[in-house]
Amino acid sequence: MTQPGTETNPLRVAIVGSGPAAFYAADHLLKQGGLAVEVDMFDRLPTPYGLVRGGVAPDHPKIKTVTKAYEQVAANPRFRFYGNVEFGKHVCLEDLRAHYHQILYATGAQTDRKMGIPGEDLKGSHPATEFVAWYNGHPDYRDYQFDLSQERAAVVGVGNVAIDVARILCRTPEELKATDIAAHALEALSQSKVREVYLLGRRGPAQAAFTNPEVKEVGEMADADTITLPEEVQLDALSKAEIERTKDRATTKKVEILQGYALRKPDGKLRKLAIRFLVSPVELFGDESGRVVKMRLVKNVLYATEAGTISPKATDQFEELPVSLVFRSVGYRGVALPGVSFHDKWGVILNEKGRVMDPDSKQPRVGEYTSGWIKRGPSGVIGTNKPDSIETVNNMLEDLAVGQVLQPTNPDVAAAEALVRQRQPQHVTFADWLKLDELELSNGKAQGRPRLKFTRVEEMLAALGR
Amino acid sequence: MKIRNILATKGATVITIHPEQTLKEAVALLAGHRIGALVVVDGSGNLAGIISERDIVRKAAEKDIHLTLPVSEVMIPDVITGTPQDDPKAVLQSMTDRRFRHLPILEQGKLAGIVSIGDVVKALLEEYEGEIDTLQTQISQG
Repeated sequence: MTQPGTETNPLRVAIVGSGPAAFYAADHLLKQGGLAVEVDMFDRLPTPYGLVRGGVAPDHPKIKTVTKAYEQVAANPRFRFYGNVEFGKHVCLEDLRAHYHQILYATGAQTDRKMGIPGEDLKGSHPATEFVAWYNGHPDYRDYQFDLSQERAAVVGVGNVAIDVARILCRTPEELKATDIAAHALEALSQSKVREVYLLGRRGPAQAAFTNPEVKEVGEMADADTITLPEEVQLDALSKAEIERTKDRATTKKVEILQGYALRKPDGKLRKLAIRFLVSPVELFGDESGRVVKMRLVKNVLYATEAGTISPKATDQFEELPVSLVFRSVGYRGVALPGVSFHDKWGVILNEKGRVMDPDSKQPRVGEYTSGWIKRGPSGVIGTNKPDSIETVNNMLEDLAVGQVLQPTNPDVAAAEALVRQRQPQHVTFADWLKLDELELSNGKAQGRPRLKFTRVEEMLAALGR
Repeated sequence: MKIRNILATKGATVITIHPEQTLKEAVALLAGHRIGALVVVDGSGNLAGIISERDIVRKAAEKDIHLTLPVSEVMIPDVITGTPQDDPKAVLQSMTDRRFRHLPILEQGKLAGIVSIGDVVKALLEEYEGEIDTLQTQISQG
């Protein structure tokens, strides 16, 4: 048999997941000159784009424009999208092995890390990811409830997700209405009684992971004051020395902005966002009904690890913070896929530069690859997935060149399509998605909003006349 | 990004050697796996040191080297170690300032992997590339 990759015997690749890593991999595969590739992309949701749709904050529309680039990839006649088709439910690894030469897993990091402190599971304490998925209209989270009748909320973490959650909690209904936030979330947040939001960082202002535009943005909210505590935004000697040595202008600027918030006089706005540093939650306390009512924080000091990282160390000073709503955003982890080797401790698929490894033989598993957050763990921005996926695809091509591919019995486009049709008659194609997309935009326009998302799978199917 | 994210794509195997093994074995492992350093562990799996190409070359420059020498005579016993939570930027700075190129990573005291200066530079480069790409996309699409 000749090597796949010719017009008569194209290389058939299945990609599981349809977020940025999936699309960058598809793009790089389809761009290979002199190689005929057919890409089928699967997603358990009827809608593509992963966290660009379900994660990026609704008030950050510019970041979402990256989907234009993904649409161009999908327009390639050698690309097909099978939405509403779940790996492990509708199609399994054996099915894919029978129909494709190579399989790429790009399923992202779907769950959160826990804080590992007592009281974490009290009522009112939630993973930030669930709140994000809920306000972004992810069908799995459509019916989640968050008690926004509480006045004080804490968001644990100072990464991009944490600051997104804090900002959304502080936005006015008018501000939210101008975004593509899900209608159910807009309604709930419009009634929100939350007045004080605490964003809690373990380390100092120089180590906060959020970016400068985001820090500036929270200083410009319509009806919320943003404050910091002067003693928490002073630079410690270690951070100061590091900034001076690395001449890191972005961090210098970030610290300046945060110090500026300490000098601000409250403007008498409805809500208050307090960005706190050098504190770690050590316990959550509940009332008799098991609902969180307060949090104990330990104050930290900074020290440098042996390898040089500025890290927090707990002191013996504690502080109590009354809060009845807690969102933790202290890291994410991937979920294992049925039949795919997983590195449980790190929450990623066991891999070497994107080649899936067998845990027993320590050798690559022929034909199986991974990219994005399920490969390296959560890190970076959307674009970071591009070099990551290119690395994986280059290894796929290298393996192809030496004949290390699966030997599918049925590498035919039509055969795969027939299989999907049989297993999931309600699958959604890319043309279907474009129709949904258009409907969401026009439904939004009718209400003076940029987009009105479908938030139930049944609604999406009904809109497609199913 | 953390060191954890770099380790995540390096499989779960760390190439190690025992202190009583010979330089010949060390050289064979370095060449066979195309790596620059080996983590030296004792019988109970505890970190005993590190041995790199550079250590062997320096030893060879000092005197005629016998490949039958035990690793313990050439290895660096005082190893700087890191954790999966370490920050790659800080690690790169330490590697540059203190002139070492390989950092064994311990997780709860147990060897979890090793990162080289090359791994760290590659990861940081990809992070910057990604940031630039995202900014460019926003400018061109917006």
